[in-house]
Amino acid sequence: MNIGKDLVAASATPLVLSILSEGESYGYAIIKRVDELSGGELQWTDGMLYPVLHRLERNSYVEASWGKSETGRRRKYYRLTDIGSEELVSQRRQWQVVDSALRATPFLEFQLAPLGI
Amino acid sequence: MLEDRIGEWRSYVLRRQAIDAKDVDELEDHLRSQVADLREAGLDADEAFLIGVKRLGGLDSLSQEYATEYSERLWKRLVVAPESEEGGAEWRMEALVALGLAVAAGVAIKVPELFGLRIEDGGATAESFYLRNISLFVLPFLAGFFAWKRGMPSAGRLGLAAPFIVGALVVNLLPFATVGNTEVLAALHLPMALWLVVGIGYAGGAWRSPDNRMNYVRFSGEWFIYMALIAAGGGVLMGLTMFVFSAIGMDAEWLLNDWMLPCGVMGAVIIAGWLVEAKQSVIENMAPVLTLIFTPLFAVLLLAFLATMMLTGSGIGVEREALIGFDLLLVLVVGLLLYSISARDPQKEPGLFDVLSLTLVTCALLVDALALWAILARITEFGFSPNRVAALGENLILVVNLGWSAVLYGRFVTKRAGFAPLERWQTAYLPVYAVWAGIVVVVFPIVFGFQ
Repeated sequence: MNIGKDLVAASATPLVLSILSEGESYGYAIIKRVDELSGGELQWTDGMLYPVLHRLERNSYVEASWGKSETGRRRKYYRLTDIGSEELVSQRRQWQVVDSALRATPFLEFQLAPLGI
Repeated sequence: MLEDRIGEWRSYVLRRQAIDAKDVDELEDHLRSQVADLREAGLDADEAFLIGVKRLGGLDSLSQEYATEYSERLWKRLVVAPESEEGGAEWRMEALVALGLAVAAGVAIKVPELFGLRIEDGGATAESFYLRNISLFVLPFLAGFFAWKRGMPSAGRLGLAAPFIVGALVVNLLPFATVGNTEVLAALHLPMALWLVVGIGYAGGAWRSPDNRMNYVRFSGEWFIYMALIAAGGGVLMGLTMFVFSAIGMDAEWLLNDWMLPCGVMGAVIIAGWLVEAKQSVIENMAPVLTLIFTPLFAVLLLAFLATMMLTGSGIGVEREALIGFDLLLVLVVGLLLYSISARDPQKEPGLFDVLSLTLVTCALLVDALALWAILARITEFGFSPNRVAALGENLILVVNLGWSAVLYGRFVTKRAGFAPLERWQTAYLPVYAVWAGIVVVVFPIVFGFQ
């Protein structure tokens, strides 16, 4: 399944925030986690994650610090802040509203019925 | 192998304005993690690298994303800071040297006061001393900065110091009449001569190279603009200093006149020079932009002037200052020409701007010919004086430059020759100014009996 560009962009913030709510992480690990969580369905262009992370940092949703990787390379780690946690709660609620609205419409059954699902 | 490719990729990404070195560090960590994982899965280094780079996304769209996030980065900043960690030590050293020299120049201007030469109460003696020596307090430091930065050998440094020493001896040992004509002329021409000597230091001694000369012309233009900007800021600083102290009933005028102004100007000369060196590649050069704006305007002015003269039939009235006024006009036209040449791509075909430049040069020559005619009449009537001869000499030097430039420009615009001869002519002509200024400083006082 190909998820549209706009949806990918819109879902980036809540996804990154909820992954960071599991604990401190860095870019490459976040991408891998997204892949895992979506069962490989949500494909990001890897580089695009970083401007998103930087925007979250600017909005104080996350804190960043330079550390070292296990091989000793410089690596930038991101951590969720309290403001970020609040934002995550609010974003989750918004997505739930959208989700339940979609579920409430007859759209799904109407589309899927002819396929015999 | 992989390291080479990552290095190449790094420098390629770094060229994007919206992505800075720290961002590339982060992306590189990502790329390396990706490559390591792919190689563990059995790919070879090349394949892993290619896939890793591909997954990062197209550089255009990536840098666009960064640009939306960091729109301020698109405004090229005057980064007076090292671009990489390795350049840091070198950069700090240079900044320290420049700052040290600026302070030294600021202190130097105050040293004569220890010997009782205060401009406030010293009267004409002090005034004439500072008039003659002002450039000697600062330009040697600027030349020294370049000698240091370009790593000139000690023989070259001695050669560079010689003109300053000769200049200092001449203006201080010759028995000038205090604030007389020849003294004022020497005081005006010494800085010009020494400024071109600083160019030898700027070129690291290789002043014969036309490229180095043209670079010094560019440097001079940018330096001038930086000085004007610093002066504007300094004016605000001084005005506010006056204001805040007068608000508490204190008079800060002595602070301004005795310290901030003289020391500030001396220091600014060095700092402006250093800034131009430091930012060279960072922001667009301003002098050519101003040239672009003012060349057409001055061309229109001169055309209108000539047309008015022809229609009304009125000649140029030769006032006392006329010669100097027309010299200034020619200096300005030579300057516009020089800076439009300095910014021009010599390979480009002649265009509208070149026609405008040629028009400007031709009009300036015509106007000057008319003025010269009137002035020569005045000289035959009243005889020679140091001022008239100096102004006349300068006029001739500039007319020769512009006359031949017009010929070369004409050939270029009519596509009978390339642009390079014009460029070479201008750079080859630079020493003429230095020699003439030197003559006015050294020979004039002797010929005219120090009057």
